[in-house]
Order: sequence, then C-alpha cells, then structure tokens
Amino acid sequence: MKAVCWYGTRDVRVETVPDPKIINPHDAIIKTSLTAICGSDLHLYGGYNPSMQAGDILGHEFMGEVVEVGRETKALKPGDRVVVPFAIACGRCFYCTRQLWSLCDNTNPNAWMAEELYEDTTAGLFGYSHLFGGYAGGQAEYVRVPFADVGAMIVPADVPDEHVLFLSDILPTGYMAAENCGIQPGDTVAVWGCGPVGQFAIQSAAMLGASRVIAIDRFPDRLEKARRFGHADTVNYLEVDDVVDALREMTGGRGPDACIDAVGMEAHGTTLAAWYDHVKQTMWLESDRPIALREAIQACRKGGTVSIPGVYSGLIDKIPFGTAFSKGLTFKMGQTHVHRYMRLLLERVQSGAIDPSCIITHRLRLDDAPHAYQMFLEKEDGCLKVVLKPGTA
Amino acid sequence: MRARVMEPEIWRKSDGKRAVAPNVDDRERWISGAAGAGMILYGAGRRGITGLGLALLGVGLLYQTATGHNPLYSAMGIRLTRTTSGRQRIEVIKSMTINRPPDELYRYWRDVRNFPRFMTHLESVSMLDEKRSHWKAKGPAGMTVEWDAEIVNEKENALIAWESCEGSDVQHWGVIRFVPAPGDRGTEVTVELEYRPVAGSFGAAVAKLFGEEPGQQLEEDLRRFKYIMETGEVPTTTGQPRGR
Repeated sequence: MKAVCWYGTRDVRVETVPDPKIINPHDAIIKTSLTAICGSDLHLYGGYNPSMQAGDILGHEFMGEVVEVGRETKALKPGDRVVVPFAIACGRCFYCTRQLWSLCDNTNPNAWMAEELYEDTTAGLFGYSHLFGGYAGGQAEYVRVPFADVGAMIVPADVPDEHVLFLSDILPTGYMAAENCGIQPGDTVAVWGCGPVGQFAIQSAAMLGASRVIAIDRFPDRLEKARRFGHADTVNYLEVDDVVDALREMTGGRGPDACIDAVGMEAHGTTLAAWYDHVKQTMWLESDRPIALREAIQACRKGGTVSIPGVYSGLIDKIPFGTAFSKGLTFKMGQTHVHRYMRLLLERVQSGAIDPSCIITHRLRLDDAPHAYQMFLEKEDGCLKVVLKPGTA
Repeated sequence: MRARVMEPEIWRKSDGKRAVAPNVDDRERWISGAAGAGMILYGAGRRGITGLGLALLGVGLLYQTATGHNPLYSAMGIRLTRTTSGRQRIEVIKSMTINRPPDELYRYWRDVRNFPRFMTHLESVSMLDEKRSHWKAKGPAGMTVEWDAEIVNEKENALIAWESCEGSDVQHWGVIRFVPAPGDRGTEVTVELEYRPVAGSFGAAVAKLFGEEPGQQLEEDLRRFKYIMETGEVPTTTGQPRGR
C-alpha cells in the first residue's frame, strides 16, 4: 500500500510499504477513505520530537471502511464505515472507565519511555512518534486499529466523509477546550490561534453559551473564518501594541472569563519574550515556546479558567505563575478524550449545528502529502486544513 | 532460609536506614578500596588536571569502600540486603495498581504455567506438584537456564512467596502481595524479589545499563501482567508496516 512516511525534519515521502495485518485479537484493519494533516503533525514535520524514526507512517485523523477484524472484535464487521479516535484506548483500565480515554494505561507499548519523560504514560497515539507507542498512522491506504471495538465509531451512510472525518480529533479537541472553560451565561471566551482547533473551539464556545468569543491570530484569512463561522470578534496581534491590553479594553477592564490556548508549543509573537523563546528553542535550551500561554494567563480575569488544547511537550520558561496564583486561575489541559465526544458531536453535525467541512481549504491526493506538509507549515495559499484522499489518480 | 521467607516481614529493615544502606558488596568494597588508593597515589604523581581527576575518582572509590555505598548505584535503584546468615543479595521491589479484584489476580498468578505469557524471558514453567515447579528461561548466547522453585508461603487472595530450590543456577526469593486498592481502583500488586547476582553489585549495575537487570525485567513483566489481566492482550507494534 501507499503511506506517508517521515524521514527527518521537513522530509516526508509517499512510500510503498506492506499492507497492515491483524496482530492482536481486538484489532481491525480499516481501508482509509479520507485522512487529514493535523497542526500537531507539523511538530513532527518540524523535527521537534526526538522519538521519531525514519520510515514511521504519519497521521492520526482518518476514517474508512472495516475490511478485517480480529477474533475478539465483536462490535464491528467488514463493510462498516467508521471514524477512529486519534488516541487508542483499551476501555477497561481505571482511566478509560472514568472517561479519561487519552490517559489509557494499556495501549502504549513504550510506556517506559513516557515514564522516563513524563513520570507516567498516556494512551498510544496513531502516527505520533515512539514516545506515544510508535503506531503506524492513518495517512495510508490501510490502517491497523487496536481495540477497534472501543474506538472506531460506526457512522451512517448519509453523512459525507468531510463531515465525519474531524470527529477523529480536532472537532472534539476544540469542543473539549470550550467545555473545559465551564462557560456560564454572559461569559466572554478568548481563543489564541485560529487554526482548525481554534476554529472549532470558537464555534463550540458559542454553542455552549458564551455571550462573546474573541479570536486572536495574525492571519487575516483565519480571522475572517472566525468571524464568519464563529461570529467572533477578532484581534490581529500584529495590529495591536499589546494583546493583553487589547483584551482588557474589550472586556471593560476585567479580562476574558476564560482563555483558550489553541496554539501550543510553537507559538509566534512580536514581543521581546517571543524572540527570547525562539532563540532558546532553537538552541534546545527550552523545548516549547509558550507565548500564547503567557498571554492567556496575563489576560484572564480573576477566578477564570485557562484551557489548553494546544500541545506542549516539555519544559517552558518564564511562566507568570505568581499571576496565575494571585488571580486564582483554574488550568484545564491534556490530550482530548475523543471517545467521550464523538457520538454527541456526530448528532450536532447531523442536526446541522456544526459543519466541520467549513475549515477545509485543500483537497488533495495521498501522493501530494509532501507538498501539502510544506504548504501547511508555511501557511501558503491560505492553507488552513488539508484532507488527503487515498486511491485517487 | 525457609523460616525467613515464611515470615516476609523479616525482609524489611525496621531501622528506617534503607536509603543509606550499603549497596556495594564486600568483594567490590575491597577492590574499590585498593583501586582508589592506587589512583590517588598515581594521580598525585602526575599532577595537572588529569592527575587531579584521577585523585578525585580515587577519593570516590575510597568513600565507597568506607561506607559500602555507591550513590550511582542507588540512583540506579540497586539495593543490597544482608540476611541473618550474613549473605548478600540484590533486592528489587515494584508496585502496580491493576484494575481487577485480588482473587482474580491471585488465581492467575498462582497457576505458574501462565508466567511465560507475561515474563518474556521464560520459555516454559511446568508444575512438578502442588507447590513445586520447573522453570526454563532464555539465557545469554542461546543458552537455556533451568531451575526449580517452590511456593513456601501463601495466603489465599493476598500473598504468594516462593524461593528457588537448593542447587539452582539462579538463586532467588520472591513474594507477591495483592492488597485491595482504595475506592474502586482494583488491586495494589507488589512484588519483592531478592537474588544473588552472578557478578555481585557491580554485575547488577552493568546488567542494568544494558536493560537486563531483574528490576527492569520485573517492572516490564508486571506491566504485561496488568495488560493481560485488564485487557486480555499485550499492546505491540511488532509486525506493523513502515517505510524503509
């Protein structure tokens, strides 16, 4: 089969590799109908994760048709059309039984590696480095899905692929980010980053009852999407002196009730602190650049919530923790518990409350992946979201 | 010997000094003492930065001789216990919470034939009688290591203690405890293992660097036991496709 493989920093290639086969009894094999490149794939593309190995198959947003099942896979059968969560969860451990699916104890074969770095392991993730299990990813014609009964959700035939695909990651991720804000009537929610997760966080915050959503980015086309689909007010941080001051002014001096950092470890900025982070990260003195997070902490009103769907991988510097403490902030974060939200969000999609396909800017073939990664990284051609269709000439 | 394992509490030091307890065996203490003194003398003769470095290293080795404690070993989790009969052993302890009731875990562990499913270095374990079993393990360079073990103490759904029989290649003593975890959290499983390493505490440190030290092996074994008890399978990517 064809698969998108990682070979090094800014080096991905479409290779012909063997087809996957059933290995464990709870496995299923999926024939991919549609897959996508996620913003978090760009962290791998940019070489920020040292546990990648040449030849690793990328991708954790995918859907398709079941073609084969293991002997213990009962809920699925060949022919079922499914969408698959990016985190692999066993459904039996302490964490899964408490709906904390992405913290599953039993799906990372390299748990020891995660324990060395993070003191404990998370769930295994598709196509997301050996630290998270080294599972072959979904940017491929076929994918092996462990614990398929627990993860893969059957979707009705009348919902198109482009409306279903993002249930695998970014739609639940944006939704959980908004849910973590504990939105009350009258709340203002500020969202840093208007990429795909930011867009869905903005739309979800409105759906969960926020009176006002303020979106922050530097790309006019992304801000325009936030206005159009999320009815958000927008701040272009290149056009204001200070984002924190701007947010204060927009909220009667209080600050937003909740702040969402939908940017994560590779934030950009125009301040001295942003430059400092860039230099330190380049020299490997700091693994992550927490510019958005700092601003979120500074801007948030007293007693408010900072919700972090943006990915962080290691150490960050100069976090104003005294500010967070004295303002009594609440922090909510972590990989999305996708399983918890898929059914609920499928209903929202079916009812027309959300049209996830609104973020797609590029529809390409699997073979176009190397170009697509490059374009997405450089934000060329207004690139916001690329979907890849295997098997198209 | 047997009396000791029959009363597992004897294994625990009551003086609370475990953290600074010796972890270098007697043989290695004398060797490091001699080497340390030699390095100080040689280093003093050489002068310069190399000489100073050698002398400092020598002081470190003398410290190890004097205290029987190597901070590097303790950082690596190597512990030495001394039995009432004065014999020295390496001790490893690992704990894991498993989301199943104690009786289920106890029953699975009590049937030693299940061991090769989660102890990957074992080829087979067969029952000789109700208490005794025969173990075959993969050794270095394709060799097979075999020994007999005997269950010397058991409390249903709570504890199993075993030891290797007289004349075994691999002398070891072990106990597993199953304690209900608070709330609805399953069972806290703790394994304590003592063994006499082939090349003493130094050998254990070297083995640990190559990932073959029993403490590391025990942790991965226990993790696989948890995988099987909670889900019925061990997660793996072996056999999946990848680019060349």
